[in-house]
Order: sequence, then structure tokens, then C-alpha cells
Amino acid sequence: MTQTSLGESVVQKAIHNEKQGQSQAQNNGVAANITQTQPLWLLAEVTYRCPLHCAFCYNPTDYDKHTQNELTTEQWIQALRDARKLGAIQLGISGGEPLLRDDIEDIVIEAKKLGYYSNLITSGVGLTEKRIQAFKDGGLDHIQLSMHDITEEINNFITNTRTFELKKKVAAMIKNHGYPMVLNVVIHRYNIGHIKEILEMAEALGADYVELANTQYYGWSLVNRNQLMPLKEQIDYAEKITNEFREKVGSKMKIFFVVPDYFGNRPKKCMNGWGEVFMIVTANGDVLPCHSARVLPNMEFPNVRDKGLEWAWKDSPAFNKYRGDSWMKGPCVTCPEKHNDLAGCRCQAFLLTGDAESADPVCSLSPNHHLIEKAIEDSKNPVLASQPIIFRTDKNSKKYASGESRERVEEFHALP
Amino acid sequence: MEDLKVEKITETLIQHSDVYAIALHHRFQWEEAQQSYVILFPEGMVKLHGGAGEVIKRVDGKATVGDIVAELKLAFPDAENIEKDIIGMFDMAYGKAWIRKI
Ligand code: SF4
Ligand code: SF4
Repeated sequence: MTQTSLGESVVQKAIHNEKQGQSQAQNNGVAANITQTQPLWLLAEVTYRCPLHCAFCYNPTDYDKHTQNELTTEQWIQALRDARKLGAIQLGISGGEPLLRDDIEDIVIEAKKLGYYSNLITSGVGLTEKRIQAFKDGGLDHIQLSMHDITEEINNFITNTRTFELKKKVAAMIKNHGYPMVLNVVIHRYNIGHIKEILEMAEALGADYVELANTQYYGWSLVNRNQLMPLKEQIDYAEKITNEFREKVGSKMKIFFVVPDYFGNRPKKCMNGWGEVFMIVTANGDVLPCHSARVLPNMEFPNVRDKGLEWAWKDSPAFNKYRGDSWMKGPCVTCPEKHNDLAGCRCQAFLLTGDAESADPVCSLSPNHHLIEKAIEDSKNPVLASQPIIFRTDKNSKKYASGESRERVEEFHALP
Repeated sequence: MEDLKVEKITETLIQHSDVYAIALHHRFQWEEAQQSYVILFPEGMVKLHGGAGEVIKRVDGKATVGDIVAELKLAFPDAENIEKDIIGMFDMAYGKAWIRKI
């Protein structure tokens, strides 16, 4: 699944809480001391297969290469055990659509046994009464329902009763089993004008929490950036509507509005620091410090099938490469703010500038900041914006993997 | 979910007769890797230092605040001002919605 489902904002939240509670609850030292990092968050992207075709999916554009060699149930269970030993405690089960695997029940049971707090991140497609009962019995702690597909799902969500009925059914199932109803909606040009309707629908579904996550540009969403990026004015307006809605519903439904980083002037502290609290195991067993790390050049990511998770986290060159700040260049290396954001996102730096060690171009101090300004300008260019949207389909993925469709990705470095 | 922690204004004066339980969708457990008690919830985790852990450990939906104070006084006879700390911990935990009132 995409976007901030279980991403950096969530991790920051965890740290934030610890800081707030410092007088009573100690800081766990994770952010303070990089030699004692622990992968508190384990994200299991159990499959790249997905019945949906979201244009803003941040799965790799060549994901199709990784759909044939998924880890087995036993390998997942081993990974869960090993990560737990390293200190992992929050488990996200995501994808693709995780429910396309029929062993999520077993994974949930093992997670509970090991003491994880487990979250299932799903589009709801494939959730049945039987399965949710098994998840509940197995000890799944939390379910997040994502509202994703650009043309079909989101628009249908607003206009088409059938999709709404499906989500309503799933939402009711979630609530009936005593789970909070958490809804994640990815926001982009095609739905940002409908924030009010989206929030009304969420209210009608009985959502307890709604996360409106503005698209971040990686993977498929980067390919479709000109088509997806809303105007700054649209974002401001959407935020205003969100605030008004918040006032109206009060505490019954909590709404979070995640602002896109292109419109800020400082980057986000990506993943709360490379290899500091976050570890992703992908469908084929690759171990990554962030969702899109595979785009980075000259990096070999560890795989659970080789030397195991402990080596991956502690000793692999990939996980150590951008820990701390010794790898930084100017302007970051001498920047007084470097510990706030650790120079931003390596993938974004590389994809947009071709240099993974340069400052995230979102930063107004970056010598490449004009690239972001240009992207914002380009998104207003009607000729570019009218290019067709490229949906995340197996066929399109094969094209990218084989080097076809180069012209759409040329300006982005290393998009396969 | 960055803003989840909506700070609640707690005018709650914790009463000795109150009974609390761990909040819904929250889990309290000992974490070996952290060497401490933690509270887990969808957006993260808080680590509870020794004293706080001892208080929350006893929050079980049955014991009253008074029971817990008495028990901890017995368990830690040398701790000064322990009652104030305990009530303060309840105040914070309730304010942060880690525990709910029964
Ligand atoms: S296609 Fe859509 S639903 Fe499927 S993984 Fe990507 S973003 Fe999630
Ligand atoms: S110059 Fe680098 S370290 Fe400083 S704020 Fe910008 S990205 Fe962060």
C-alpha cells in the first residue's frame, strides 16, 4: 500500500510522544544515539500483487519482477521472529494487497505470539467475515482501510454507489469486530476538489480516524507527477475545508491532513533517519530502510534469504551507508539544521538530481531547489498535464522493467 | 498521523475511588529489548520508566486508585511523596488517553 500508510509521519509520531512524555516516560534514545538503533517498526510488504491499479502507487515501477519469488509463510514467520529479537514491536502488514495471500491469518497468529502490535493495511478487497474473524481470533490489533484507486475507486467513492457499498460493508465489518475504523485517502489533483465529499463519506462510513495523505512522488506517482500534482491554492483550500469539517464533527472523527513536501521549504526527516527505527521486508525478501530505496544506485540491499535480518540491520553496507551524518555534503554538512531533517530523503535527492548524497531538493537551501519549482510549474502546463496517466498494471510494469517507455521517466534518474 | 495526540485539558481530579483500565486498542507489555514497560497503540509506543511502569502495571479495570496507591506504598516504603507521583502518573496517562475510566 502507499504513501504515509505506515511511513515516516507515524514514526515521527512515536518519537514525538516519547519526547512529550519525557518527564515521566523516558526517551528511548533511538534518535539520540545512532549506534544503538533498533528497528522498532517492521513493515512487511508481503506481496506486490494488487487488484487495484493506482496511478500514485509508490511500489517500484518494475514491481512485476518481484511478483514471482515471494517469501513463503515459513520465511515470513522466521523474519518476524528475527526482527522481534532486534527490538521490532510495531508490525505493518502491507503490500500490494496483503489479502491476496491466504496465509495472513498465520502471520497474524505468529505476530501475536511474539508480542507485536500488528496493523493490517488493506484496500478491503478480499476481506470477508470469515477472514476478519480469523484475524480477530489470531490477535490482529488494528486495521487500516485505504481508499486508493484514482479513476475508479475515488471517483466511484464519490459518485458510484457500488464502490461505496463495498467500502461500507468492509467498514461495518471492521467496526463490528471492535476495531477502530481508520481510513487513509491519498489526495491528488483528481480528488482534492472533493475533500468535503470525501469527508462526508468517511463520516457516513463511521470512520474514527481519517488520514488525508497528499501524494508524495515516488514510483508510479513520480511518473504521473505532472498529472497528479495539485496547485498550492488547491491544497490550501482543501486544508481550510478540512479544518471546517473538523470543527463540525468534533472529536468523534479525528482528521489528519498530511501536507506534501514539495510545497514546504524544508524536507522531511525521511523515515525518521536512514536505518534508525524503520525496516521494510519486501515481497521477495529484500530488506530496505525505506520504501523506495531500491532506486538508489550502487547499492546492494540485503535479502532475508542470505544472511538474515540481524546482519541486514546491523552490518549490511546498505543500512550503514546513510546512518548518521558523515556521508553528507554541502550545504547540509555545515548546516545548523542538519539534525532536524538529516538532509531529507535520499531517494528524492537521487531521483530528482542524480546525486543521492545531495540535499533533498525540497530544501530551499539546496542548489537544486529549482527542480522542485520547475516540477510545480510543469504541473500547471496543460500540454504536460494532458499526457495520459500511467496506471500501475503488470503490463506497464513489464514495459518499465524492459526499458520501454523511457521517455516518461528519462528526467528521473534510475527509474527502471 | 502526526497530530493524533490532541492534548486534552485535564481538569480531572483523580479520585481514590476511581477505577481505570488500559485504553481500547492500547496494549501494555514488558519489552525485553527496551528493558522497560511500554504502551503500544496504532501510531507508536511510549516507554514507561520504572515508576510509571509499576503504576500502569496495576491498572487492570478492577483495582481502585486507592488500592494501587496503598499497594505501591507497601512495595516501596522508602519512596518519598509516592502518592503525589502516582496521582500525577494517572493524570498524565488519562490525559493522554492511555487509560480509560471504568
Ligand atoms: S495499486 Fe493501489 S492499492 Fe495496490 S498497492 Fe498500489 S496504491 Fe496500494
Ligand atoms: S541544507 Fe540540508 S541539512 Fe540544511 S535544512 Fe536543507 S536539507 Fe536540511
